[in-house]
Amino acid sequence: MLIKRRDAAARGSRLQAVAAGLSSGALDRRTFLRRSGLVAGGVAALGAGTLGSVKKADAIGLIDHSKPAERKKNICTHCSVGCTVVGEVQNGVWVGQEPAWESPINRGTHCAKGAAVRELVFGDRRLKYPLKLVNGEWTRVSWDQAVNEIGDKMTEIRGKSGADSVYLLGSAKFTNEGAYLFRKFAAFWGTNSVDHQARICHSTTVAGVANTWGYGAQTNSYNDIRNAKTIVFMGSNAAEAHPVSLQHILTGKETNRANVIVFDPRFTRTAAHATEYVRFRGGTDIAVIWGLLHHIFANGWEDKEFIRQRVDGMDAIRAEVAKWTPEEVERVTGIPGEQMKKVAETFAKQRPSTFIWCMGGTQHTVGTANVRAYCNLLLATGNVGSNGTGANIFRGHTNVQGATDLGLDIGTLPLYYGLVEGAWRHWSRVWDVPYEYFQSRFDEVPAKGGRPARTRKASMETPGIPSTRWFDAVNQPADDVDQQDNIKAMFVFGHGGNTIPRMPDSVSALEKLDLLVVADPHPTTFAALSGRKNGTYLLPICTSFETDGSRTASNRSIQWGEKFVEPIFESKDDYEALYLISKKLGFADQMFKNIKVTNNKPDAEDLLREINRGGFSTGYSGQSPERIKAHMANQGKFDIVTLRSNASEPGFGGDYYGLPWPCWGKPEIKHPGTHILYNTNLHVKDGGGTFRARFGVVREEKAADGTVTQVSMLADGSYSKGSELTDGYPEFTLGVLKKLGWDKDLTEDETAQIVKIGGANPDSVGWAVDLSGGIIRVCLDHGVLPFGNAKARAVAYNLPDPVPVHREPIYTPRTDLVAKYPTRPDGRQFRMANIGATVQKAAVDKGLAKAFPIILTSGRLVEYEGGGEETRSNKWLAELQQDMFVEINPADASARGVRDGGFVWVSGPEGGAKARVKALVTERVGKGVAFMPFHFAGWFQGVDQRGNYPKGTDPIVLGESVNTVTTYGYDPVTGMHEGKVTLCQISAA
Amino acid sequence: MARVKFLCDADRCIECNACVTACKNEHDVPWGINRRRVVTINDGKPGERSVSMACMHCTDAPCAAVCPVNCFYTTADAVVLHSKDTCIGCGYCFYACPFGAPQYPRVGNFGSRGKMDKCTYCAGGPEADLSQAEYVKYGSNRLAEGKLPICAEMCSTKALLAGDGAIIAEIYKERVTRRGYGSGAWGWKTAYKETVGI
Repeated sequence: MLIKRRDAAARGSRLQAVAAGLSSGALDRRTFLRRSGLVAGGVAALGAGTLGSVKKADAIGLIDHSKPAERKKNICTHCSVGCTVVGEVQNGVWVGQEPAWESPINRGTHCAKGAAVRELVFGDRRLKYPLKLVNGEWTRVSWDQAVNEIGDKMTEIRGKSGADSVYLLGSAKFTNEGAYLFRKFAAFWGTNSVDHQARICHSTTVAGVANTWGYGAQTNSYNDIRNAKTIVFMGSNAAEAHPVSLQHILTGKETNRANVIVFDPRFTRTAAHATEYVRFRGGTDIAVIWGLLHHIFANGWEDKEFIRQRVDGMDAIRAEVAKWTPEEVERVTGIPGEQMKKVAETFAKQRPSTFIWCMGGTQHTVGTANVRAYCNLLLATGNVGSNGTGANIFRGHTNVQGATDLGLDIGTLPLYYGLVEGAWRHWSRVWDVPYEYFQSRFDEVPAKGGRPARTRKASMETPGIPSTRWFDAVNQPADDVDQQDNIKAMFVFGHGGNTIPRMPDSVSALEKLDLLVVADPHPTTFAALSGRKNGTYLLPICTSFETDGSRTASNRSIQWGEKFVEPIFESKDDYEALYLISKKLGFADQMFKNIKVTNNKPDAEDLLREINRGGFSTGYSGQSPERIKAHMANQGKFDIVTLRSNASEPGFGGDYYGLPWPCWGKPEIKHPGTHILYNTNLHVKDGGGTFRARFGVVREEKAADGTVTQVSMLADGSYSKGSELTDGYPEFTLGVLKKLGWDKDLTEDETAQIVKIGGANPDSVGWAVDLSGGIIRVCLDHGVLPFGNAKARAVAYNLPDPVPVHREPIYTPRTDLVAKYPTRPDGRQFRMANIGATVQKAAVDKGLAKAFPIILTSGRLVEYEGGGEETRSNKWLAELQQDMFVEINPADASARGVRDGGFVWVSGPEGGAKARVKALVTERVGKGVAFMPFHFAGWFQGVDQRGNYPKGTDPIVLGESVNTVTTYGYDPVTGMHEGKVTLCQISAA
Repeated sequence: MARVKFLCDADRCIECNACVTACKNEHDVPWGINRRRVVTINDGKPGERSVSMACMHCTDAPCAAVCPVNCFYTTADAVVLHSKDTCIGCGYCFYACPFGAPQYPRVGNFGSRGKMDKCTYCAGGPEADLSQAEYVKYGSNRLAEGKLPICAEMCSTKALLAGDGAIIAEIYKERVTRRGYGSGAWGWKTAYKETVGI
């Protein structure tokens, strides 16, 4: 009887499930969630299909096969792999998407997001025209009216509270040209509070890696991982976050029989394809790395010659590592000693080895230190600067690398020149605008809160407020914020409002702002989250498929995307929107002095040429629009492993695909770009290199007895192939050229330009500010790199914790370890107080780890990206993942009476924050760990906010944001938030 | 004439769902209908494997065997297609299909489900090749354009292979030989009792 009944029930559900478009039997993340999602009212309505036809006859997407379709190439707007998208366009409509077989990066393939990008350009949930919030109602306005009112309000706020009170939040989805223009806009406006998603993604990587060996970027490439014998992932779930990269990784795994080792608190989909999975407690990365190095040093597996020639300070690391015995490592991280030894031996001996990390490593209060620990593992084993090795840092968004390079950062002008006077003078020369003008735009800050007053010049050279703290700079007393006044206005171009922790605080801050401008293809969480009634403007911006411009992939290759179709509805591209606003603010004629503007539309190629003219420091100088367009047109001519084209190819022969930066000197000298950074096996003209001499040539070392010795930081007997200098050397200036007698190789014109830049002291003119490109050209002719040849720094003397030390997360479940491994003491960074230590102490004293016993971590899903407004509005993607959820271990679930698929409350330890989500009971997470994806928004603490969106622009799928329950914690070097480890409690709802 | 087939290499499939959205994009398949889907077993545990499933275009198709109105036909390339004009939406093919390929626009009994829809191997239907009538009912016809199914063409890790059965079998065989362990082909373990290492 019973058996029969169960049988019938099973058959019934199978029929219903499959009829509703579901797979039967196997229970996974998708099936169980979708089953419930399909009956939800708003969503199910979409399912009504016409009898017999898959689509309506008048729908977009039908190609007229009797006429030819135009084939255009652009770059996917989602992750940083840089997949080429091929669009077929007819009559100005994007009608079909085809595989881009010739791209050496994706070879025709896409992930779910890339295969669905066409939807972005006819999606009916886009913002259609400018909107203004009037007494709580969204009201249509014209672009003219919106720009006028925004400009007037900005000027008014500036008059009362200073330029710094307008926060400029940019985007990793900008093209390079858009990012550059936004940074330039901030300089003309007079603030350094200009930021973008890199802050919350890889800011700690950029700081940590640059402070180790020169540049803060992926050293090798996705393609080069095909050469690796051992591939380690730590805090990276590439199978979901960078799916197309797995094509290269799995090929490497198969052809080299490579070891794939995944360190993660969660058994990710990447782990499912690994040869070894190591589960550890989140936030203990440094202990893990020191644990690996412990075995490596104890057994003499390190690369001694590499360390001698190319690494400075490894002995200090050795001393710290000695403390991390296998027992202590297991006590802190949870990884058994035997497994650590096996992994250490594999990594050190089965070379080349590469180390891949993502936000699992970077989003911590110790993010910068984590990253430096990873670099030390690579340096100790000699795994930097050759094929198959390196720090393969997978960046997050399509152009987060480019936007970082071009200075959407609170601490630097474009291309890492910093904020020092020399940097400002360099860009003033490039922009052809007097230095004094910029100085006049910055605020004078009176003495307050016990801090001295600041001049305009000092303001110019003071880093701004990181995007992770903007709401603190609104909410906290003005005296605590180290600028004229609090933040009064947010100017948000292409940034989600749900990707930064402590959302209850951003809600209250949003309500306090005088002005909120959101310029985006979608309204974003910023528009819907708070109870604002007035002073809010939404400007419709088109996607990158509706404009021209270049993008820098994670591997530093620059690719040109061409406009598929004109911006849809009333949307405009970023260039035009920024032009209109700067025109209103009165500095457009200066800002666009050397850029062609037609009909309010700045020319993207001209913008790139201006970047080329000033971008020597990072080698953004050689990638002229003509060169990178030639690469896009001939993608198939580049090798899939080396990324290099055959030397005989006319025009681009010998180039690496996309001229990965540094592409030294002017375009005319035809440097091929640099596929692998710091590679001494190649001549500098073939993309070879050395570690950068960025931190001086000597340092002082204090011995225990107080004696001070001078230690050289230059490379010892290591140099790039064919170098005329066969030892370390410093950065080049005209003075250094003269000492070597190479200044005679400069042309008259070059010398004249250098002398003009140098004024009274031309010898001090360095390679990076020499606008003639002469110093670089002469260096390359002599086989040396303009940035010098130094050792990499195992110890970063200028940073907090020069030798990385393990520190417990602020909200740790292991309160017994806090006394030994406390977080850093309170301090002030970026105009704000960072009271991490106080918060940690309070958490321990209050015993919060008992009330909130589960570690909460967060991450990505393959279907969605970033804050998810764009992808959750895409019907093809939204259908795949209809509910926000929390992954919870079966043991924790049964202890709490939590049912698979049932609603639960996830509550956080700060301010009673809570989120109502569905439970996914799975062994993917260990006992005592919960995971939530970070792409959802539109529900806030149990309240559905669909009605807050302007009509017709609400994303199809809404859900609670994980950042409603995430908590305090900031990296002292970059202001990165703690996004990966906090505590929570879960109870059935 | 080629006998076209799909083959999913489960050692390569990462459940990215590109095949699913590429299909939706190519044919503008409405919400709720999934011509292709990715199935995962052992989700979240060691041994987790995914495989992309759609109509397998069987040599002796059970759907055709049970169809009361005989709406199925097999093309010269061995693609199993059907006529939506003939289909009465009875749902028999759905019971017969071992892969869950047939889909219906509505949930209900017999005729009220609407016309059956399934993967066409990007080969359209009985209407004239590349005509608007064909597109409206079945989606685009890539085979007629000399292209292969978009799901396989866009597969992120090249796990999903499509094409002449003899050629894709050769590609797959080469891959298995090179990587030197078991086989990721679905069902291999059941058939040959080999352990698939991960």
